[in-house]
Amino acid sequence: MSILVDKSTRLIVQGLTGREGTFHAKASAEYGTKVVGGVTPGKGGTTHEGWPIFNTVSDAVTGTGANATVIFVPPPAAADAIMEAADAGVPLIVCITEGIPAMDMVKVWEFLKAKNSRLIGPNCPGIISPGKCKIGIMPAKIHKEGNVGIVSRSGTLTYEAVHQLTVRGIGQSTAIGIGGDPIIGTNFIDAISLFNQDPETEAIIMIGEIGGNAEETAAQYIQRNVRKPVVGFIAGQTAPPGRRMGHAGAIISGGKGTASEKIRAMKAAGIHVANSPAEIGETLVKAASAVPR
Amino acid sequence: MKIHEYQGKAILSKYGVAVPRGQMVESREDAHAAASALFHDGATGVVVKAQIHAGGRGKGGGVKIAKSPSEAADLAEKMLGMSLVTHQTGPEGKKVQRLLIEETLPIARELYLGIVLDRAVGRNVFMASAAGGMEIEEVAANDPNAIIKEHLIPGVGLQGYQARKIAFKLGLDPKYVSGAVKLMTALARAAEDTDASLVEINPFITTTDGRLFALDAKMNFDDNALYRHPDIKDLRDLTEEDPLEVEASKYNLNYIKLDGNVGCMVNGAGLAMATMDIIQYAGGMPANFLDVGGGANEDQVTHAFEILLSDKNVKAVLINIFGGILRVDTLANGVVSAAHRTNIQLPIVLRLEGTNVEQGRKILKESGLNFTVAETMKDAAEKVVAVARGVR
Repeated sequence: MSILVDKSTRLIVQGLTGREGTFHAKASAEYGTKVVGGVTPGKGGTTHEGWPIFNTVSDAVTGTGANATVIFVPPPAAADAIMEAADAGVPLIVCITEGIPAMDMVKVWEFLKAKNSRLIGPNCPGIISPGKCKIGIMPAKIHKEGNVGIVSRSGTLTYEAVHQLTVRGIGQSTAIGIGGDPIIGTNFIDAISLFNQDPETEAIIMIGEIGGNAEETAAQYIQRNVRKPVVGFIAGQTAPPGRRMGHAGAIISGGKGTASEKIRAMKAAGIHVANSPAEIGETLVKAASAVPR
Repeated sequence: MKIHEYQGKAILSKYGVAVPRGQMVESREDAHAAASALFHDGATGVVVKAQIHAGGRGKGGGVKIAKSPSEAADLAEKMLGMSLVTHQTGPEGKKVQRLLIEETLPIARELYLGIVLDRAVGRNVFMASAAGGMEIEEVAANDPNAIIKEHLIPGVGLQGYQARKIAFKLGLDPKYVSGAVKLMTALARAAEDTDASLVEINPFITTTDGRLFALDAKMNFDDNALYRHPDIKDLRDLTEEDPLEVEASKYNLNYIKLDGNVGCMVNGAGLAMATMDIIQYAGGMPANFLDVGGGANEDQVTHAFEILLSDKNVKAVLINIFGGILRVDTLANGVVSAAHRTNIQLPIVLRLEGTNVEQGRKILKESGLNFTVAETMKDAAEKVVAVARGVR
C-alpha cells in the first residue's frame, strides 16, 4: 500500500501549458500516473499534448473527475492557484513552486483552515508512491516499490535517501517532499501519522534540516505514537547562524533551529539518527532489525 | 534582505511610527551640518550612530553622544571608514560608510517591540518585552514569560484591544497607552504592507516628557516578496554583502561563503547542506554553501564554478550532483567549459548520480582534465578532504 496517492489518483496540472508543467506532466504520465487534464486561464476548450485544458480548476474537476492537482505556476500566482484548487474541492494539492512570499502563504494557511483539502509543499519535489503514482519533479528511475515511508524537507536529499535504499534492494511505500519553506501545508507529523496507520509501511525515514522546530515536535509525536522503526537525518550541522541556506525556512535565528537541538530531540525520542548523509540507508537496515521501542 | 537603521526609520515614519529627528550622513562636513541643524532646533545633544547591517553596535563603539556640532564632526571622522566589530560581524568587522546623526531624548523607560513569523502557528506574532535594550533571545532564554505575544490574523492586523493588552502588560502609565496603541498598530501595518520578515524596535522608549519613540529600527524583508516592493529593493546596500555572494546572486545562484578550504558545488539546498556536513564528518571544513538549483543551465554552472574558485582559501573542490531536472551531462559540460576558461589547477572530486549520469561521466573522461570520480558521497568527501590537506 501507500499513502495519499495511488492507482486511483486522477491528476490535473495547473500550469500544464508552461514548459515545466508540460515536461513533468509527460514524465508523470509515462510513469503511469493518470494525468487527466490541465488548467490554464484563457486556454479553456483547447487541448495540449492530447490533454483537455480548462479555464478554471472547478471546470477541470467537473470535466475530468480529478481528485488531485499539481501546481507549476510562477510564485506571484501560486497562492491564488492553491486557493482556487481548495475552493474547487480538490482533496490533494501539490505545489512545486519555489519562491512564494511568506505572507501569501500565511493567507493560504488561513484560507485552507475552512476547506477540506490537503496541501503538500510549496517549494517541494512532490509525492511518489513507487509503481503507482508520481506527482512532482523527482527522477522516477531511482525509486522501487516497497515498505519504507520517507518524509523530507529537502528534494535532492530525498533522492539521495531513496537511492541508498534502492541500491540495497529496499523499496519505498511513498516518498513525500514536504518543502523547504517556513509555512507548508503537510508537516512531518501529518505524514508520519499517515505512515504509521498504513499497514504496508514498515519503517519511516524523516529528513529534516535547520530552522524552526518541526523536527522537535515530530520527535515528541513519534515517541508517543509510533512503534515502527524511524530513522532521522538533519542537514545543516555546519550551517552558520543567521544565514538562509537556500531554502527560505532553513535558517538558524536567535540561536534556535540548530541541527544539534533537533538531533538531541530525535535521539531522546528513540529515533535512529544517521550521523552522515551517506549513512541513511545503512541506518535504516540496522534500525529495521533492532528491538522495537 | 537587510536594510540600515536610517532606512527602516524612514519607512516606519511613513506609517506614523514616531522616530527621533535625524539625518544620514557620509562625511565629516555633513555630520557637522546635520548636528548643527538639530541643535538649532532645540536638541540638547546628538547621537552619532554607525550604520552597518549588524547588531551590537553600541558595545563595539559604533554609537556615541556629542554635545556640540564640532564634537559630532570629530566623532564622525573617527567612525567613518573604521572597521566596526560586533558579536554579529565576525572578527573582521564591517566598514562604516554611513552614519545616522540623531537628536538625543530624555529616556524614561526602554522596552522592546518585535514582529516575526511564527512558523508553528502560521501567522505573524507581535512580541513585546519590558526588558528593552537587551537581546530578545537572552530575555526569552532566561524567562519566556517575560515576552508578551499577540498573533496577527492576516488582513486584520494588530487590533486595538491587542495593543492595549500589550501596553498594560508592559506596565505603561495610562497616559502613554493611547500613543503606544497608535505606534504599535502602525508598526504591525508597516510589517504586513512591506512583507517584512522581521521588525525589531529595541529599544522602544518612553520619555520623561511623556512621548514615545522607536529609538532603533531593524527591518528585514522577505526576498521572495521583493518583486512587489521595488522601492524597498532599491535600498539594498551591496557594500554590506560579501562580493562573491553579490556576484552569485546575479546568476540566481545560492552561495554563502564560509571559512573552510573545500569548495563545494551541489544541486538542491538540503543536499548542499548535507555535503557541507559530510565534509566536516570526513575531517575537513567546507569553504562555502553553493546550491546551483534544480534547473541550472550550463552558463549558470560555469559562473558557479568561477565564483567558487575565486575564493582564495579553496584548496580542492567537491562537486556533488544528484541529477533530477538538472541533467548530469548539462553539469558536466558546464564544469569542463569553466575548467578550461579558468585554467584550473586545483584538484576536483566529482560524485554524480541521477539523470544522464553515463553521458556526464563520459564527457568528463573525454575532456582530458584531471578529475577524480567518486562512487558515493562518503567516498567523495574522504577523497576531497585528503587532497585539500595535501595541497596545503
